[in-house]
Amino acid sequence: MWTFFHKLGSPPWLYGISGTILRYLVPLTLIGLAVGVTWGLLFTAPDFRQGNSYRIIYIHVPAAVVALAGYYVMATAGAVSLIWKMKMADIAMKACAPIGAALTFVALVTGAVWGKPTWGTWWVWDARITSMLILLFLYLGVIALYEAYDNKEAAAKACAVLSLVGTVNIPIIYKSVDWWYSLHQPASIKFTGESTIHASMLYPLLLMIISFYALFTCALLMNMRGEMLARERRTKWVRKLAEDKAR
Amino acid sequence: MNTPGTALFCARLLRRQLVLAARRPVDIGNPLLFFAMVVALFPLGLGPAPDTLADFAPGILWIVALLSNLLTSDGVFRSDFDDGSLEQLLLSPQPLYLSVLAYVCAHWLVTGLLLALVSPVFALMLNLPATGIVALFFSLLLGTAVLSLVGGIGAALTVGLRRGGMLISLLILPLYMPVLIFGSAAVKAAVSGSPAAPYLAILGAMLSLAVALAPIATAAGLRISVDA
Amino acid sequence: MYFDSFAAMLSMDGHGAYVWSAYAITLVVVGALLLVPLRRQRRLLTELSGELRRNRGAPSQGPSVKEEDSHASGT
Repeated sequence: MWTFFHKLGSPPWLYGISGTILRYLVPLTLIGLAVGVTWGLLFTAPDFRQGNSYRIIYIHVPAAVVALAGYYVMATAGAVSLIWKMKMADIAMKACAPIGAALTFVALVTGAVWGKPTWGTWWVWDARITSMLILLFLYLGVIALYEAYDNKEAAAKACAVLSLVGTVNIPIIYKSVDWWYSLHQPASIKFTGESTIHASMLYPLLLMIISFYALFTCALLMNMRGEMLARERRTKWVRKLAEDKAR
Repeated sequence: MNTPGTALFCARLLRRQLVLAARRPVDIGNPLLFFAMVVALFPLGLGPAPDTLADFAPGILWIVALLSNLLTSDGVFRSDFDDGSLEQLLLSPQPLYLSVLAYVCAHWLVTGLLLALVSPVFALMLNLPATGIVALFFSLLLGTAVLSLVGGIGAALTVGLRRGGMLISLLILPLYMPVLIFGSAAVKAAVSGSPAAPYLAILGAMLSLAVALAPIATAAGLRISVDA
Repeated sequence: MYFDSFAAMLSMDGHGAYVWSAYAITLVVVGALLLVPLRRQRRLLTELSGELRRNRGAPSQGPSVKEEDSHASGT
């Protein structure tokens, strides 16, 4: 157990193993996404109330789910890096932020595009949309803080503290935004409610959620590999890698 | 030099901060002036109709209070960081949690408390019904304390950065949102005749959570900033 | 296959523009998520190998090389 933990802290080992993982995970992810998208777009019946526009949920929901989960991954990595001072946790935390921000952005944009034909407007200050917007701000705050520091070690620590503060706050923000919306719910927008989703629609959605998790993992590992190389560029193992490439 | 007890130390720290603030009355006056000016902007932007203003008054007053708190929170640790006394504080045997609390408390006394005290004047100017004014006062009293505590985290994380001013708003504004929601809701409830106490209770709950946790994060942020 | 024809698939009863543009935006972002780190990594390695080739002429390796034992060969 502990040897595994120590290995996890060793960049060359992690670089090697992540390369092996990626070799299998990237094709699997791409196949999963392709199958899920084709299934969702072409082989499911349209929702009886929303028509075909509901097909956007096959990317909207997974992006939103993984974006939120990504914040917790980031905060966990931040906690690990603060407590055990693990270099790799630092790198993982830093790599999470842009991915999470991109997925949150996707969730917001697809939500807006879905809202136009469904609600007749691009944007409503609905509880979930507003919470996602705040999540995007939280991610961008972490990125901005990291970029503001010249000393990258201190930057990682500061971001770890900020993401932990954010983790405590996310449930509070979500609850208060939810409550705020229930107070102000405009009469003009009628919710379709949690329309019981049909099994034939659920399976492709589940596949897409799993694929988006895999996509997050792939992007995370790839970002970490780049960061590892950049940070360790003066060490022997990176030079060896570069030499192998030069041949 | 004998070391004072922790309580005495914090009391002195608080007194020192207050004396420093009192020596520069302009710094105390600035947030209030800012508050007054931004409040004056709203009738210009929204039109002077008393009914519209009264409708928006809870939100306006709360957002402006939030902004003036935000602008001052940048400076909580700034001067002490620059002259090195913050480093001394970190090296002292006193628990940093309580020292941080003293700093934040001083900040709240010279901004949040004063804002709450003058807010009824601006509430009248914006035509807020009299029933809402008590709720506004108490919600600002509780809410600005939360804002000061959360702002302290942002201040601690950015104190070592030269261009911290804009950054701190990006970091802590998302964290301010729950306070804004419940603060303005308390005032609105009071205006519409329902009890404001539940909202104030939620603000109180936020305050207790913030008192318990925010100084820990602030202390960690200060250590990072001083080490860097 | 739910749709009868290719044209029906594109139009999706009038919702096609929304659906397809949402998917297109997602494709761009997801593609960027995967390609940006990959390109960065490639560029770094190319840069480093170029640096090494240039330094090979010099007899001694730079003092900046850290002797660090690696648990496994990094491949």
